[in-house]
Amino acid sequence: MIRACYILLFLAVFSGQTFAADMPPEFSSEDYKVRYYDLIEEIRCLVCQNQNLADSHADLAQDLRNLIVNKINEGKSNDEIIRFLTERYGDFVLYRPPVKSNTMLLWIGPFVFLIIALIVLIRNIANRRGDTESVTEITGDEHNRISAILDEDDTRK
Amino acid sequence: MVRYLIPLAVFGLLILAFIFGLQHDPREIPSALIDKPVPAFSLQELHAPDTIITEKDLPAQPYMINVWASWCVACLQEHPLLVALSEQSDISIYGLNYKDEREAALTWLQERGDPYNKSLFDNKGNTGIELGVYGVPETFIVDGQGIIRYKHIGPISMEDLRDTLLPLLDELEKGSI
Repeated sequence: MIRACYILLFLAVFSGQTFAADMPPEFSSEDYKVRYYDLIEEIRCLVCQNQNLADSHADLAQDLRNLIVNKINEGKSNDEIIRFLTERYGDFVLYRPPVKSNTMLLWIGPFVFLIIALIVLIRNIANRRGDTESVTEITGDEHNRISAILDEDDTRK
Repeated sequence: MVRYLIPLAVFGLLILAFIFGLQHDPREIPSALIDKPVPAFSLQELHAPDTIITEKDLPAQPYMINVWASWCVACLQEHPLLVALSEQSDISIYGLNYKDEREAALTWLQERGDPYNKSLFDNKGNTGIELGVYGVPETFIVDGQGIIRYKHIGPISMEDLRDTLLPLLDELEKGSI
């Protein structure tokens, strides 16, 4: 029973991979083929938005893959194909959107957070160092009091 | 004291970001075709395969293009509204029958009513790609100059029609925008 479950799990995990390669498109040159596989990695499927064209089984993804195959075979450049797609679907089809005013936050956001995190980290380290220095500054009087308290504790046991 | 307020401030900012972010439907991708002309196409009429319709046959008054298919479940939802609209107003609605079988599409219209002035048969989905369609139904509003002015993604509700689509068509009709 458990073995059957494992087999099912195995199939569930690995079966998805075979579908995408159903019908490998044909290209007149090896260079075209390389460009095709690079392009479909870079372009987002608009139906299932967290997948690229290479991974998606959506109908539209299949259509767009065919369209890219045809355009490559017609001798269109990558730039021309990407322009064709962005003119119709917007920058959203690109997994790497161009740097523009409205995508600025997307590009610099992570670095802003990194800088904030670094500032917090540096300040924390600095504070902690300050704390240890203050601990060493115990006056003789305080030292006697601490000893007295500790002694008291011992006698109680 | 201030250091205890910092997490609260961060929390507040997060909440604001969520309020802002969650009100946007990530499925709604802003159309790249707004303020662009309707792309060129050449398609058969759904009812009459011998008749070819191109972008030049589209009206010179503001009109709607509704992308639909007989396999599309959400289309059932908005269809009665479109039928009512076609009966009660003189707004032109052009249907783009997207990746469908002619027989199935014709039966669908026969059973549920045909709100379309003309139906374009885009069985390969090429015109859909030209229009940046990525789901069905989608509805475009085009002005008298053939410029796409608005795109609605998903089924049209009564509210969408009343609050957005009809006012926009009205304004375009008057030529005020």
